[in-house]
Amino acid sequence: MAMSFNKTGDHEWELNVCGYTCPHPQMYTKKALQKIESGDVLSLIFDNPSSGESIMAMCEAEGSDLIDRQDAGGSFVWKIRKA
Amino acid sequence: MNVASTSIATETHWLLRKSSVQAMGVFLFVALGSLWALAQDTRFAYLLVYVWFGLAYGALLQYGRFCMASAVRDLFAVKVPRMAVGVMIAVALYAVVAAIVSLAGFSTFHPNAMGWHIVIGAAIFGFGIVFTGGCASGSLYKAGEGNMNSMLVILAISFSQAIVVSASGWWDALVPQSWLDAAAAQDMPAELTITQGWFDIFTAGYIWGLKGTTMAEVLGMAETARGIILANTLLTAILPVMIILVALYVLYYRKGYLRRSGKASPSLRDELAGMWAMCTSSKNTALAGIGLGILAGLHMYVTGALREHYGIFNFGELLVAMGYTSGLSIQDTVFDPGYWYITTQEAQWGGWIMQKLGIDSMDSIFFGLDNGLPNPLLNAPGFMSIGIILGAAIMALSRREFKWKLPSWETAFFAIVGGTLMGIGARLAMGCNIGAFFATVTNGDPSGWVFLIGMTIGAYIGVKVFTWWMDWSTARKGSECGL
Repeated sequence: MAMSFNKTGDHEWELNVCGYTCPHPQMYTKKALQKIESGDVLSLIFDNPSSGESIMAMCEAEGSDLIDRQDAGGSFVWKIRKA
Repeated sequence: MNVASTSIATETHWLLRKSSVQAMGVFLFVALGSLWALAQDTRFAYLLVYVWFGLAYGALLQYGRFCMASAVRDLFAVKVPRMAVGVMIAVALYAVVAAIVSLAGFSTFHPNAMGWHIVIGAAIFGFGIVFTGGCASGSLYKAGEGNMNSMLVILAISFSQAIVVSASGWWDALVPQSWLDAAAAQDMPAELTITQGWFDIFTAGYIWGLKGTTMAEVLGMAETARGIILANTLLTAILPVMIILVALYVLYYRKGYLRRSGKASPSLRDELAGMWAMCTSSKNTALAGIGLGILAGLHMYVTGALREHYGIFNFGELLVAMGYTSGLSIQDTVFDPGYWYITTQEAQWGGWIMQKLGIDSMDSIFFGLDNGLPNPLLNAPGFMSIGIILGAAIMALSRREFKWKLPSWETAFFAIVGGTLMGIGARLAMGCNIGAFFATVTNGDPSGWVFLIGMTIGAYIGVKVFTWWMDWSTARKGSECGL
């Protein structure tokens, strides 16, 4: 288990922070969103429910859109389009 | 921000889901366990109050992702005020209910001694929570989500506290001679050996010389309705909460809100709408804050009423009456705060296991004079902590958020070191963010705000160190595209 951040296509990125508890997921997400371009989509995979609320608030503050979310079995896959 | 609706992989009815059945199983386990305890002796109702309030706290903490570590940490780490706002909502409501409970004469609250130890302990505690990923109660609810990292944190908090309060030998050189002299002058039973063990000397030589008080007492309005409402509730809780909410809005929310709402020159009405938007931006957190605030107040009322019913001041008296005399302090007491508290009962777990391993610490003030070392099966606040884990598990299972998560070497190291710092900090400050902050400021004791200042300083430094470490480790690991 380790953090991975990869480019998966044109303007598409994937950040996997499964296994990490607070504050890793939200801090890695912040760094990833700083790294990618405006309009790029970040697929974020995490399994620490508490981080979700902070990530959602972070997206709201910066105007990024949560365009898809799949929440099941304690794992979360969120797609965020950077503002 | 646009938020997509949740996609559910398989649309099975809630009742038929495996995780829902497991949630009901945990609930049934607690219910049957409670009935069994009552069948042994109806006076176990006193202990069961802790169990069921713990269960409700755990469910609400998980529902609102309500972790006070996040309140200070996420402000500095990701500039998100969500949890800080949630905590302030909970403080305001707890204060209102606590006022009603005090007016009714059922308050179980005792103010903490005010001194430098609070700032120092809280700063160590605040530094630790950044690395463990949760405060003391946050770690309990995350353990209920299947997070084994948080279970390690609880172990570290338990044993570090038990060691801190009972260690002697070279530790004794940590305290000044004046404290030793003051401790030696105390008239205490010889079996407590209060001049041996640095924490005993710290307690008897320093803490006992300090004064703990409520704002109503300071202003000469103790025991009066005016004192409870004006001094304890409005001045000590509601006013600071309002000031902090305005500061959070101005520093962390206003800019983004005005940009999103397109208000270039906002009126007062717009600013108030912005404040409201901040308070309700995470409905789960706000609802949990409201629920926790009310429940925490009610908890004091129910325990206070039961004490009156049984004619006791402490659960230890009830244990003696029920025939359980082992593990009580020399005053025949056990730790029994009568309200939401986390760290002391965890210290007792650690101390009890150490005692079973042959390391006796009943000659310490913390265990021997004040809190005792009861069997965990008779530790009422201990059951509140277990209740929090199980309540969170019920909520997480029913929301399909439960998942066993194994720690990595990195997170396990952080959990043990951070948890140990939390344990040390909590003992120096005489409590954690619940016992030394949440329960105090809501009952008129301003020492809790001093704790919050210390915790904030510690968390700020912790975030700086954590960010440095994260930058260093990601650069070293070098993920494919670099982060």
